Amino acid sequence: MFDTLTDRFDGIFGKLRGKGKLSEKDVDEALREIRLALLEADVNFEVVKSLVARIRERAVGDELSKALNPGQQIVKIVLEELTESLGGEAMQITFAAKPPTVVLMAGLQGSGKTTNSAKLANMFKSQGRNVLLVGADLQRPAAVEQLRTLGRQIDVPVFSEASDPVTVARASLEEAKNTGRDVIIVDTAGRLAIDAELMEEVRQISEAVSPKYTFLVVDAMTGQDAVTVAESFHSTLELDGVILTKLDGDARGGAALSVKEVVGRPIAFASTGEKIDEFETFYPDRLASRILGMGDIETLIEKAEAAFEEDEAEEAAQRLMEGTFTLDDFLQQMQQIKKMGPIGNLLGMMPGMPKEVRDVEIEDHHVNRLEAIIRSMTVEERTDPKIIDASRRTRIANGSGMKPQDVSALVTQFTEMKKMMAKLGVTPKAKPKRKGKKNKRKRGGGRTTSKGKQALADPTAVLNEGLDDITDLKLPGLEIEDPRTSGS
Amino acid sequence: MDPILLIVLIVVAVLVVGGAGFAFLRGRGDHTPTLDPRATDTADSVLTKPTSPVAPTPDGDVDGGVDAAVDELDDEMVEEAAPEPEAATFRGRLSKARSAMSGYLSAILSGGDVNAETWDELEEALIRADVGVMATTEILDSVRETASESAVKDPGELIELVKDEMKRRLGGYDLTLAEGGEPSVWLFVGVNGVGKTTTIGKIATREVAAGRKIVLAAGDTFRAAAAEQLTMWAERAGAGIIRGAEGGDPSSVIFDAVESAAANGAEIVLADTAGRLHTKTNLMNELSKVRRVAEKGAGTVTETLLVIDATTGQNGLIQAREFTEAADLTGVVLTKLDGSAKGGIVVAVQNELDIPVKLVGLGEGPHDLIPFDANDFVDALFE
Repeated sequence: MFDTLTDRFDGIFGKLRGKGKLSEKDVDEALREIRLALLEADVNFEVVKSLVARIRERAVGDELSKALNPGQQIVKIVLEELTESLGGEAMQITFAAKPPTVVLMAGLQGSGKTTNSAKLANMFKSQGRNVLLVGADLQRPAAVEQLRTLGRQIDVPVFSEASDPVTVARASLEEAKNTGRDVIIVDTAGRLAIDAELMEEVRQISEAVSPKYTFLVVDAMTGQDAVTVAESFHSTLELDGVILTKLDGDARGGAALSVKEVVGRPIAFASTGEKIDEFETFYPDRLASRILGMGDIETLIEKAEAAFEEDEAEEAAQRLMEGTFTLDDFLQQMQQIKKMGPIGNLLGMMPGMPKEVRDVEIEDHHVNRLEAIIRSMTVEERTDPKIIDASRRTRIANGSGMKPQDVSALVTQFTEMKKMMAKLGVTPKAKPKRKGKKNKRKRGGGRTTSKGKQALADPTAVLNEGLDDITDLKLPGLEIEDPRTSGS
Repeated sequence: MDPILLIVLIVVAVLVVGGAGFAFLRGRGDHTPTLDPRATDTADSVLTKPTSPVAPTPDGDVDGGVDAAVDELDDEMVEEAAPEPEAATFRGRLSKARSAMSGYLSAILSGGDVNAETWDELEEALIRADVGVMATTEILDSVRETASESAVKDPGELIELVKDEMKRRLGGYDLTLAEGGEPSVWLFVGVNGVGKTTTIGKIATREVAAGRKIVLAAGDTFRAAAAEQLTMWAERAGAGIIRGAEGGDPSSVIFDAVESAAANGAEIVLADTAGRLHTKTNLMNELSKVRRVAEKGAGTVTETLLVIDATTGQNGLIQAREFTEAADLTGVVLTKLDGSAKGGIVVAVQNELDIPVKLVGLGEGPHDLIPFDANDFVDALFE
């Protein structure tokens, strides 16, 4: 019943997609669904109203009548409006000409200020900055201790003293100067927006350090109250941006939309997991497409770029298309992909993934088990898994500490996948030479076929086609009963 | 679902994107968050692993440091808490912020006789308070019946009917925290940052003051310094505490706490757990195990309380559903209700899952945790 926004939209657009022409009734029905979906995703009521009004205006205007496929047209309108509401572009962080650059973190209790102070510090540090974390949360027991522990983990010094938050913040400037730190991140205590005394305190902290950036840390699960909170913090502190936390849950979108719309400040970063490096720059268009169930292919590509050995990956991709991909290639690529972060997170970024698939938890140990199986194979077996008979299977199973049926499962699924990829594969000749060329990225140009060079020119299209095929396939493993939907 | 298939799928898919998209996207720098001319490639930096994972701090070491901090903090806390020794009340605390619904209500009240618009505004008001579309519809449907039966015209009267309906739904539960084990284990679960540790600290303070013997179990072995935070509460309250190594197995910590409580004749074990998102299957499985293991020894789990932050939106319902599946909830603790959020989500939780709110957190002091009162709660929602 209570599906996430993405699932909800999946349903709505699934209905619309099949239509050649939309009646006004269709539009109304779609809008009603969109309204409910947004409300259930905790988008603020007022924001929903204006968003739906804008979508309706565009949908029933002449824009729609000219459209080839009205269903697609509505999808496009919703996507554009969502993107716009979330803020057009990613926030650019610049550092003060005269260090230190001070960043102030504020927010309600439990929104994740301390953790995200450390995550931000880690990000800046990896960009070559000398960060100083400042523990100005003297309220919550052990908050400073938590920050110190995190600081040790990322090897960033933490400054705090047992006085009062304003004094600590002020003293940290001196400390930064003395220790040669050029970025200061001040973690403050959680406070309620209506607590006048504590809001005054955080205003004084801000005054003491004059931050270049003041971030409001907002829990992605926040309900309708997000607007009230953002408004009060904004009126006290002049926010520069928002850090959206706990985005790895299934509550994504709502609060972000509301806050952005009401305060008019961008969402700068998103925290997407418990690990310290699960923290990224927030891309509004990406979240909008994620909300619409269109995946987050750009982040995926970016991560892939960072993790892959270019030539190797290209070669492997080619072999995959030709059908000469071996388990050895698979093993190698799997290791590269592991560098891209938790493998389960990648799944959520892929377009067109059904909810059942997205919800499956993939742990690193699953990957390790697969690795173990492949490593227990001989070279011949890896090249030609067909030769694996019962006795080889038992040997591999024993060698890897797995069950023989696990070995079979891997081999079967690997073979299926290979067949499928080969089927949609592109001959190497059709592959245009693109090296060193700066192609402009084409967006939203509709779907292209998987064959020929056009397909390869747009990896998203290839992937979309491929995934359609994959999810159409009724492989044994894909018949899942989702406890969430079956339970309600 | 078979992870093998998925991994194969991911590897292949990423490879297609990575391999095919490579040359194509090369040099595409316009999207990378520029931080500084000197800054290195961001994508790389995001992937940088922490260089030196910290070894768990030896207990003795931490204790020294913590003790000092406790003293300092204690002074501060005592000073702060001093003016308000008596228990908080709903009305006293909640009147600080106007409810999200107030704007709608005045519009309804000044709108003349009940009409279609009145109903729409009521719906919006409830949704605005995080009650959720489904629970709102159900509540209003049932009010609609009563209202048409008695031909209600006055909007004020209608609002009273809605309030009565909500009070009826939320009230009528036994709110005492169950005991009966030797010791009884009260397990606290929830997503990150809702206030589990603080809630335990407050309950410990209250129960110790009532003359009970309490042991706290620092089952949050994941979050940095969570055990220190609980230790401070234990010292402040005068309760015992059992902690394990950072990153250790929470089940065994809680098991040890139960054993220790049984050996020392403590009546209640308050078991903390790490905050976890309900979407993480492995962590939810861990929680089920914690729940099971807590009963392996002498103890009985008599309460499993889901802690929900009052600002939580509709996701709270999914949380409750998943947590009760994993750990069999007996009640909800609604925290941070002294803010501007009014916690309407508990109406949805009660409505769909029949899980009552048992306690409400109204502030940071040890006495700011009080039993839930449906009448006060609904009145406050409508104020």
